[in-house]
Amino acid sequence: MKAIPLWKRASLLLAAPVAALIFSILMSSIVLVLSGSSPLRAYADMFEHASRLETMIDILNRATPLYIAGVAAAIGFRMNLFNIGVEGQYLLAAIVAAHLGAMVTLTPVLHVTFIMLVAMVVGAAYSGFAGLLKVTRGVNEVISTIMLNAIAISGLVAYLVRLWQAGGAIDPGSAQQVGTTPIPESGLLPDLNVVVEGLFRELRQGKELTGVLLVAILVGVGYHVLVNRTRFGFDLRASGINPFAANVGGVPPKRMVVAAMALSGAIAGLVGLSEIMHIGFFPANPIKGLGFTGIAVALLGRNHPLGIVFAALIFAFLDVSSGVLQFTGAASREIVVIMQGVIILAAVVAYEIARRAREKEEARAAAEAMVAV
Amino acid sequence: MALAIELIGITKRFPGVVANDHVELKVEEGEIHAICGENGAGKSTLMKVLYWMLQADEGTMNVFGQEVRFASPTEAIGAGIGMVHQHFMLADQLTVLENVILGAEPVHALGLIDFDEAKDHLKKVAESYGLFIDPDDLVEELEVGERQRVEIIKVLYRGAKILILDEPTAVLVPQEVEELFRNMRDLKKDGATILFIDHKLDEVLAIADTITVLRQGQSVATVKPDQVTAQDLAELMVGSELPTPETTESTVRDEVALEVSGLTVIDQDERVIVDDVSFRVRRGEVLGIAGVEGNGQTELIEAVIGTSPAARGIVTLNGADVTRATVRHRREQGIGYIPQDRHREGLLLPAPLWENAALGHQTQQPFSKGIWMDRQGARQRTEDIRREFDVRTPDVDVPAHALSGGNQQKLIVGREMMAEPSVLLAAHPTRGIDVGAQAAVWEDIKAARRAGMATLLVSADLDELIGLSDTIVVMLRGRIVATLDPATVTPRDLGAFMTGATSAGAA
Repeated sequence: MKAIPLWKRASLLLAAPVAALIFSILMSSIVLVLSGSSPLRAYADMFEHASRLETMIDILNRATPLYIAGVAAAIGFRMNLFNIGVEGQYLLAAIVAAHLGAMVTLTPVLHVTFIMLVAMVVGAAYSGFAGLLKVTRGVNEVISTIMLNAIAISGLVAYLVRLWQAGGAIDPGSAQQVGTTPIPESGLLPDLNVVVEGLFRELRQGKELTGVLLVAILVGVGYHVLVNRTRFGFDLRASGINPFAANVGGVPPKRMVVAAMALSGAIAGLVGLSEIMHIGFFPANPIKGLGFTGIAVALLGRNHPLGIVFAALIFAFLDVSSGVLQFTGAASREIVVIMQGVIILAAVVAYEIARRAREKEEARAAAEAMVAV
Repeated sequence: MALAIELIGITKRFPGVVANDHVELKVEEGEIHAICGENGAGKSTLMKVLYWMLQADEGTMNVFGQEVRFASPTEAIGAGIGMVHQHFMLADQLTVLENVILGAEPVHALGLIDFDEAKDHLKKVAESYGLFIDPDDLVEELEVGERQRVEIIKVLYRGAKILILDEPTAVLVPQEVEELFRNMRDLKKDGATILFIDHKLDEVLAIADTITVLRQGQSVATVKPDQVTAQDLAELMVGSELPTPETTESTVRDEVALEVSGLTVIDQDERVIVDDVSFRVRRGEVLGIAGVEGNGQTELIEAVIGTSPAARGIVTLNGADVTRATVRHRREQGIGYIPQDRHREGLLLPAPLWENAALGHQTQQPFSKGIWMDRQGARQRTEDIRREFDVRTPDVDVPAHALSGGNQQKLIVGREMMAEPSVLLAAHPTRGIDVGAQAAVWEDIKAARRAGMATLLVSADLDELIGLSDTIVVMLRGRIVATLDPATVTPRDLGAFMTGATSAGAA
């Protein structure tokens, strides 16, 4: 006997994010009308563009690092740890990995693996440090990771970019870009254009589907397996749900905090890959904000491996659309930021309502079982 | 005599259950009125309705002859109804004084809180009722019993006319209960009306002027104590005989399963909480630890399971020194644990039952294989627990919070017993569960004892302690002050040792 029918569970699960989406579209429409733009035209432009293969590639390329950042944040959330430091961790990890990756000469597969390992180790160490501070000195990880972000972004990364700046290294694509020494071809993941072109048609405008997408898929599968199938994942979730019960259940609380932070940081280290794999070096002006958006993506995706996929795609779609809106002039591009913000707020509220509805349902089912037995 | 409180047809429904079903209650002014019933009979819900923490779905409530409708407990306090909850409502990071005056702060002319005035008033209230406590202690550092004292003082401080006490004696020893009862009689003399919940029938018969019995959400009878016996009350409550915890023949074997010698635990403030404690528990033996809460029992258990470090002394498990071992190692070596607070230490409330069943045993068969969880094995084991320990649930995938307290406890007992521990640490294993579940837990412990399990039992229920134990030791201020034979000791004697009134140890 199943307590709650599957359709009911599924509808409870999906009702909240769908409601949040609809609510945010409503809110954005109001804002658009107030600002004198036509919501219908803006949405039409967004969707029209998104239906093009090239735009879809852009969306996937943006969703890839957002997904990895989302998983990094979700690992922390699963243990009630708020790793705000994904931002600093990925930037620091990316520059070190790009620099060391350019220093060594290895065979192709080894070279890429080496760069990824360096990125993960740097991310893990930087994030694990916040974990250590928490268990040894009682420093809340929210505070420490925010401060470590400041140290990493405006301190270490800014310094290292100058220190490691290649003498006039110039990206063949954009003549102005400068950054660290370019990584040799053997250290770069190939793009996935072969697959896209095999399935659909030739890509125009020099678009490339990032090979890091494969890494993101591995991260997602690994995250699911680790959290839901391994003892470590069980310990992690138990500590997150009830640290006292986990403790008497033999889960060492301090070690779990450090391990979870380090793991979150290790995944965060991979976020910057899509940029350095694309342009071949760490640029003086890297894409920023992926870590913070990743936190929002994890929230919207409920820390669920598949939920984060959808959340990352939605955020990537909106990000890419902001460029489209500016280009077509249908609306101000800032509308996208408003939509992202409203989605998150609405999702948090909707998830809470859904959670209460589900608990009531479960309590009712259990009470009925009591009577039935 | 006028009625202080009158409830007519009070009904309160929760999803799937009717917690109060047309309850009728008449409490006369100036009387002590007891409400009896099993857990789950709807007593706590009724108390919350009286105090307007919950709004009744149907029915009316009259206070001093006037029909009332309050929007919140604040208005109920204003009308002179004060409540001492079974689950404490205290702010952990505030001091006793701050908690007591919270929401009723005396102020200076300048609008600042007059702490001196408050402290004087608090001391006066506390002393006149014999409830001693340091007003400057932080609540988070207090033991359960002390917290309850703060709750009682809090209500008295507000000058409540109608006092509602939700199981006030659950954490007190007999002497303290008598003192509380004396205070209750004094309060009654001053014109206060007291409504209290209890399921210890001898206490109810000793103190109450009138008794109302609830069963399955309905008020089944209102009786006077001189008209009924404890047996009558029990039958009214459950409709059948009360089970007893008594064990029959001794099953104590020679091998020592758990040995603690010279164990000392020191807290963060350098206070000695467990002081040079030594004992042995043999296979098949139940060693009962008696004591007023806050005398080191909790910390002793923590040092044995491994969650708080021993400053000195040795813990030996089946001949191996585990003093420095991790909790996980100790559990793998055969320590089972029934924590005193199942929500805090026993369960992952939002997680499914099968994951709860794995907690504490996740490194062992059938819950895991190497680094992998064995979901199928865990589910199967949980089904076994559900069947053998009569856990009432639709399936093993429902989250733990959906179960009633008794079923949650049966799940915890089941998961520990199924692992066949060589040593079981049981802290208040039947606290807050109904008579049926209580009897089941007793039976489980007895069965495991026959099979050779060694049990360390901490309980505030002296009948349980005397009934189940082969030996009883009494803890007072961190030390073992007496070792007693449960065959000859009475709850009264035990209470005397627990409060330090008697200090000689009878072998």
